[in-house]
Amino acid sequence: MAPAVLVHDLRHAFGRTTAVDGASWSASSGRVTAVLGPNGAGKTTTVECLEGLRRPDAGEARVLGTDPWRASAEHRAAVGVMLQDGGLPTTTRPLPLLRHLAALYADPWPVDDLAARLGIDAFARTTVRRMSGGQRQRVALATALVGRPQVLFLDEPTAGLDPHARREVWDLLRSEAGGGTCVVLTTHSFEEAERIADDVVVLTAGRVAAAGSLDAVRGGRSLEDVYFGLTAEAER
Amino acid sequence: MSLPAPPRSRVLAQAAFETRLLLSNGEQLLVSVVLPALALAALALTSVPDLGAGRRVDLATAGALTLAVVSTAFTGQAIATGFDRRSGVLRLLGTTPLGRGGLLAGRSVAVLVVLGVQVVVLGGLGAALGWRPGAAGLALALVTLVLGSACFVSLALLLAGTVRAEAVLALANLVWVVLLGLGVLVPTAVLPEAVGTPAALLPSGALGDAVRGTLVDGSWPWREWGVLSVWLAGGAAAVARWFRWEG
Repeated sequence: MAPAVLVHDLRHAFGRTTAVDGASWSASSGRVTAVLGPNGAGKTTTVECLEGLRRPDAGEARVLGTDPWRASAEHRAAVGVMLQDGGLPTTTRPLPLLRHLAALYADPWPVDDLAARLGIDAFARTTVRRMSGGQRQRVALATALVGRPQVLFLDEPTAGLDPHARREVWDLLRSEAGGGTCVVLTTHSFEEAERIADDVVVLTAGRVAAAGSLDAVRGGRSLEDVYFGLTAEAER
Repeated sequence: MSLPAPPRSRVLAQAAFETRLLLSNGEQLLVSVVLPALALAALALTSVPDLGAGRRVDLATAGALTLAVVSTAFTGQAIATGFDRRSGVLRLLGTTPLGRGGLLAGRSVAVLVVLGVQVVVLGGLGAALGWRPGAAGLALALVTLVLGSACFVSLALLLAGTVRAEAVLALANLVWVVLLGLGVLVPTAVLPEAVGTPAALLPSGALGDAVRGTLVDGSWPWREWGVLSVWLAGGAAAVARWFRWEG
């Protein structure tokens, strides 16, 4: 079966700065793939190419077999996105926002249930502008999940969450993958990758330093040791 | 399965969401309804400034409706879009089934709904002050208001999509104040010639003069429609060329 997410020799530059420099990796349905790498390694740029927000300069980005750039509404409905900056309208409250987004899908996740799963009901009266970072993070995650997508792209989904909330999000993402969703997340947390990822991609300077199952990449060591070995090598 | 809602319901959902946001925003209501209403009452109940030939209440109502369009379609849309662009809302909605086209369509419908509310409120106030429009003139005025809204929305998007949010806020308010004196409330023919002649070629003057013409004597404002169409075409082309979705 073709992978749900395929990146092949992908290149993208901002002016003279090369963000992604010939990266190739893939992610499968029913698995959680964690993309790790230092700041500036090209994680967000790669994910934005996969979300259809950027057009690659060269190479291929394929999601569910489709080129995401200018893809159809049918394709976009199958892909859930959580952006690093959230992308939430600042003057809205979370439940009206989620109900509105749910209305864009034929068969959305019931909003009350989703809000309860993510603890959003506890701050339902707060406008986005007045929310804490962690609260915003949970609403942004809900916006990615509300359409019950087949592929989920999450840019640092648990950054800024307290340990309880983080564990709840991890359980939720594992259960989404268990239901057959392809979950791709970027993270700086080795703990997060080791706790929930099936597969790991390590990017440095826009290239893939390692990719494969968590155990294959770790090779019996801790992910942290392997990561520093790989990223230090690339920077020499 | 993850399927999108039909295109029509996506656009209507976006329009309903945006309309609620616009109508529940106090500052927005102040600019879109309260200030035009105050302008209407002030112009109708006083005798300065000179509003030219025609019944004063007709001219005052036409000016207030023009101001309502500038407030909602230009200043309100520019500020909302500028901040949505900065906070990533435009990017996020672009990844949902709504998409960029649906977002623009939904937003346009929301502007028309708010414009409808403004016409009812300001028209009601005008009627209370003695405004009695003819059916033909009213129909022409509504066509003109829709054309003017399209024109000002394109200019709002041009501003919001090219400069940073704080600058959009400052410029959109500044332009609102400046246009106020360039044919929105007062006919360009009454302005000093050095101001009135260029003002008639601005969207503010063209829209204001057109609405006044239709409501005062039911005339077809061909020339003003032409001016507005040129601004609309230029604005839309510039938006297609220079609008940036990320802040």
